[in-house]
Amino acid sequence: MKNDALITIKDLLVKRGDKDVLRVEQLSIKRGEVLAVVGPNGAGKSTLLLTLARLLSPEQGEISFNGTQAQNESDTVYRRRIALVMQDPLLFDTSVFENVASGLRFRAKNKIEIQEKVSLWLERLGVSHLAKRRAKRLSGGEAQRVSLARALVLEPELLLLDEPFSALDPPTRASILDDLGVLLEETETTTLFVTHDLPEAVKLADRMAVVIENRLEQIGEASSLFESPANKEVARFLNHKSV
Amino acid sequence: MIFDAEILQITILSLQISAFATGISLLIGLPLGTLLALGKFWGRSFLLSMVNTGMGLPPVVVGLFVAMMLWRSGPLGDFQIIYTPLAIIIAQVLISFPVVTGLTAAALQALDPRLRLQLYGLGASRLQMIWSLWREARLPLLAALMAGFGSVISEVGASMMVGGNIRHQTRVLTTAIVLETGKGNFEIAIALGLLLLLITFLVNWALTWIQQRGARE
Repeated sequence: MKNDALITIKDLLVKRGDKDVLRVEQLSIKRGEVLAVVGPNGAGKSTLLLTLARLLSPEQGEISFNGTQAQNESDTVYRRRIALVMQDPLLFDTSVFENVASGLRFRAKNKIEIQEKVSLWLERLGVSHLAKRRAKRLSGGEAQRVSLARALVLEPELLLLDEPFSALDPPTRASILDDLGVLLEETETTTLFVTHDLPEAVKLADRMAVVIENRLEQIGEASSLFESPANKEVARFLNHKSV
Repeated sequence: MIFDAEILQITILSLQISAFATGISLLIGLPLGTLLALGKFWGRSFLLSMVNTGMGLPPVVVGLFVAMMLWRSGPLGDFQIIYTPLAIIIAQVLISFPVVTGLTAAALQALDPRLRLQLYGLGASRLQMIWSLWREARLPLLAALMAGFGSVISEVGASMMVGGNIRHQTRVLTTAIVLETGKGNFEIAIALGLLLLLITFLVNWALTWIQQRGARE
């Protein structure tokens, strides 16, 4: 399953004003893999994620999704193939159940399907006992579990995670990371995972992509990156950050 | 002399006119406020400043403007709507829609801007995204509705100028209070004033109840 590419990016350039904020010559995300995008703060990691979510428009380049040009689809049709989890859970001011159901409601799924899927994913993330609770009253860890359930319930072709654990305390982070790793393995969900935390990336990801100074510098398995970094910048980042 | 039946008629007319005006203001102000809060277009800041200025428009100035427009020799004189309830509704809409628009824009701008990205990232269409933001901002949006209604149920200048305070036709509670005060009937004026206060309280109490029910767990 992890051989053919779900996403292929070629000659991507994203600008903000006159400034280049991301350049990617070539990047493939294999079906079913977890690809961690690592790099220093402000390097352009989240720009890659937002571009893939079609929340930023590239200046040039091609993004193909499942072998077809993504540009040919409307924004809404395209976005309904993905799901996004951000650093802050950004839960809606309603119940936990309704939060997890929101994306399914956007897709006009029927009541029975919503009930079944939401219950299943609340259970899988270990928050089914919170279903009726108001989302704004949750702890940080609970809220991020609900946020993950809200995305995973959509069974997205591509899951986009933008530093989802960085605001959590270490024990909570470790616990969610373990559970998420198991779920992604079980469901074989193709995932792009943006993080500045190398141990987190190594633990969750099959491969890592290093973005430095607005450019994708290297992509590969963690061991090969640590053994043979492509250049000084990558080596400096990996050595500096490795624990 | 004002009889009970007449007071009832005046009260119902006041509520009908102000409810209509507030409803129309909501239909204009909610989308316009949303556009001003979320849109990126040339002249947005200028429009927002205009709306914010409009929130403090003196009703008597609005009354003067509408009267000039609707006056028999005015540009809209052929419609013959001066001194009708419709004329009061038009004036009241001009008073309350900037209030609803300005407070809607402020309510939506107070939300976390990343919420929009999150909604799109879960597959929301543009309309679903806007509807979800309205739901998130429902408490301040209800406050906008209350402020819009409050600005028109209590105004007197515009209603007097464009309605003419005609008995059984355009007399509303505020203009009746002015009339009775002018005639020296202070007891009736005070009674009408208390009635106006009571109605305003009851409407706002109902809206506050809805608002706070939403705020409770």
